[in-house]
Amino acid sequence: MITNVSRRDFIKASGALVLAVAFPPVRGQSASLEANAFVRIGPDNTVTVIVKHLEMGQGTHTGLPTLVAEELDADWSQIRVEGAPADAKRYNNLFWGEAQGTGGSTALANSYEQLRKAGASARLMLVGAAAERWNVPRSEITVSKGVVEHRKSRKKAKFGELAADAATQVVPVDVPLKDPKDFVYIGTASLPRTDARDKSNGSAKFTQDIKLPGMLTAVVLHPPRFGAKLKSFDGAKAQQIAGVQAVVAFTTPARTGVAVLAKDYWTAKKGRDALVAEWDESSALRLGSAEIMAEYKRLAVTPGTVALKEGDAEGALRGAAKTLEAAYEFPYLAHASMEPMNCVVSLKSDGCEIWNGEQFQTVDQAMVAQMLDFKPDQVKLNMLFAGGSFGRRANPQSDFILEAVAIAKAINGNAPVKLVWGREDDMRAGYYRPMYYHALEAGLDAQGEITAWRHTIVGQSILAGTAFEPMMVKNGVDATSVEGASNLPYAIPNRLVELHSPKVGVPVQWWRSVGSTHTAFATECFLDEIARATNKDPLALRRALLAKHPRHSAVLELAAKQAGWGKPLGKDRSRGIAVHESFGTFVAQVVELSRRKDAIHIERVVCAVDCGVAVNPQIVAMQMESGIGYGLSAALAGAITLKDGVVEQSNFHDYPVVRINQMPKIEVHIVPSADKPSGVGEPATPVIAPALANAILALNAKPVRALPLSTQGIAIA
Amino acid sequence: MTPLSVNGKPVSVDAEADTPLLWVLRDFLDMTGTKFGCGMALCGACTVHVDGKPVRSCQTPLSAVTGRRITTIEGIGFFKVGRTVQAAWVAENVPQCGYCQSGQVMSATALLNANKDPSDAQIDAAMAGNICRCATYPRIRAAIKRAAKGLA
Repeated sequence: MITNVSRRDFIKASGALVLAVAFPPVRGQSASLEANAFVRIGPDNTVTVIVKHLEMGQGTHTGLPTLVAEELDADWSQIRVEGAPADAKRYNNLFWGEAQGTGGSTALANSYEQLRKAGASARLMLVGAAAERWNVPRSEITVSKGVVEHRKSRKKAKFGELAADAATQVVPVDVPLKDPKDFVYIGTASLPRTDARDKSNGSAKFTQDIKLPGMLTAVVLHPPRFGAKLKSFDGAKAQQIAGVQAVVAFTTPARTGVAVLAKDYWTAKKGRDALVAEWDESSALRLGSAEIMAEYKRLAVTPGTVALKEGDAEGALRGAAKTLEAAYEFPYLAHASMEPMNCVVSLKSDGCEIWNGEQFQTVDQAMVAQMLDFKPDQVKLNMLFAGGSFGRRANPQSDFILEAVAIAKAINGNAPVKLVWGREDDMRAGYYRPMYYHALEAGLDAQGEITAWRHTIVGQSILAGTAFEPMMVKNGVDATSVEGASNLPYAIPNRLVELHSPKVGVPVQWWRSVGSTHTAFATECFLDEIARATNKDPLALRRALLAKHPRHSAVLELAAKQAGWGKPLGKDRSRGIAVHESFGTFVAQVVELSRRKDAIHIERVVCAVDCGVAVNPQIVAMQMESGIGYGLSAALAGAITLKDGVVEQSNFHDYPVVRINQMPKIEVHIVPSADKPSGVGEPATPVIAPALANAILALNAKPVRALPLSTQGIAIA
Repeated sequence: MTPLSVNGKPVSVDAEADTPLLWVLRDFLDMTGTKFGCGMALCGACTVHVDGKPVRSCQTPLSAVTGRRITTIEGIGFFKVGRTVQAAWVAENVPQCGYCQSGQVMSATALLNANKDPSDAQIDAAMAGNICRCATYPRIRAAIKRAAKGLA
């Protein structure tokens, strides 16, 4: 782990070279960028890349080291990876100001120059050391695959041999980067993931796998309804179970509850199951999903907050030769990552150490410090692999982390605590993708051209009440509620997007691709309904409306071409297409369907993506596949529903997700690009559901107006 | 103390008889490669082999495995099939978050132990009990085929 020892001390201690790279301020970003440390070269010839972003599957432990290895001219086999400590000054997300965290598909995008410079700077120091040792000009030295060489004098050295000398070199400030034509790693498909081996033999460490001396496992009882408060509890029966060490109540800003602690999970769970609790439900939510949706529908016909107004949509609708309307309904969704939420806390009088699949360092540090009356730097965060997150581990209220801390506090820090939620706890704890209702109306002229577009969105604000509200809620419009709708790329002259953000009392949160999870569906499906009503080909209609959007157009055309769009299909077959930009990445997908006896079968999905420079093309393809699979789970059967305020789902039997037998064949095509890279973790997710629904519309001649498909009598096999 | 055979080694644990094998492995033997995902045998993350057959360890009480041969992700690489499957997993870059992959590797190894050349449908049938929320399924299929070839 990198600490603030001086370079000289560090060399004495370890013989290793740590490069603290000082960067000049980057335009448009915080001017207070200070020394960062990303590269450590050991005398054993290993190159350790300190990765500031959580590895939750999306590939940061491979993508970020690729940037370093490229400019350092390291050999891929010598690369090692270490998660960065919490340090917002050194390891901030450059797109977030002075805040450290992973999200919004920014990890590789914000690191692209930073880590290349870190690698290039290290390379210069190695070259400088070699030049001095061999007494040759720097300009005559070459570096390739981890070997520094002076050809004329036939001198060679591995990085490790030069590390100690290189540490005495002046740290270069303004380092030149490679011309992309000289890249040897960036853009190559063959780099193995750095975490593949450990994740195939069980040795990769997740929060769930941490065991500290004397540690107790906490299993919790959560309230039955959102907003219910613990009135009293009887832990006598739990205490009688052999091995139960403590039964304590806890309170966090997110919820109250009771925890049972034991040396192992099973004993603690038996204790939890034996708890008797009484809840004050006077301010608890008692609504059901049907009642919430009914209220949303009522709101949708009232004026909302204007998120976008261009031209005069209402006037154009009144003057239209024809109008079309459609409304779409979306349920709450759980993230349901494979690793249920958990957190390990060791609480001492002068500080607190946490082990976690840490996604939101700066927020979590502040929240924990506040709860414990510590300074943020008294909270040490160890970033472990996360067994998925899809947004969940970056909770603006640090809900499960504070729960672990509160439990550790309740036992006076007498033992380290591992909070382990069961699947049921995880699925019923809230922080869902919100329910939404979308109402759309289009005006058409006599030729069938779209002259007006009115789009009303109803659903809870994700950001209201969080630390992000001041930044991302403007004039009453939560940017995450309307993204993908208020920036619709289609050339339509008169447009109005309105938003209603009712307060409901169900905790909500970002979920892989956030607003686009619903806006892409509503806009892309409505466009297909318009195409159908005006006898236009869905591709041709999009092509015409995207003339001024070359990157949308390029992915659209590529996906269409690779899918054979327009080629005749057999009986009982269809195609659907959708295109959407999120987080600066453009994705188009074509779904091909066939009708089988009892169900519809997805023959294949063709996906085209433009994410700028594809640093690791294989990881780009993996993330497209992953995003499609994740979006497909939600499209087919994903729904969290409430009845009298109680979440009806609890585990994978009633919250089914896509399994291998339901996973379609997927082809991914990457648009060659020299643009700066954008993220790929999320942007495939929002496109699959509308592409699928549009194929269903083509097959059944009936639009899909609500998700998931399982509630619409549509089975996909 | 209950005697067990785990990865060819005799061990004994001081756990209640109803403790699921998953938690015996994780909390009593400190073998954390086998993962907890659902606790209801719905997701397959906890898959281990008992007498060579894949079982969901979260629903297998300690009392049911006394005297039986238990193999976990930590030990599957001692066998040629398991080792080949793990190598195929790396070669196909299968893991993303990686949390489910221990279970996937154990199920895939059991499949190839029973069927040297599984068809797509047989792969789907054998692997349908193992959820991967990262949807690494296309690469799991490819890796199983690669392993089958390597073992042929």
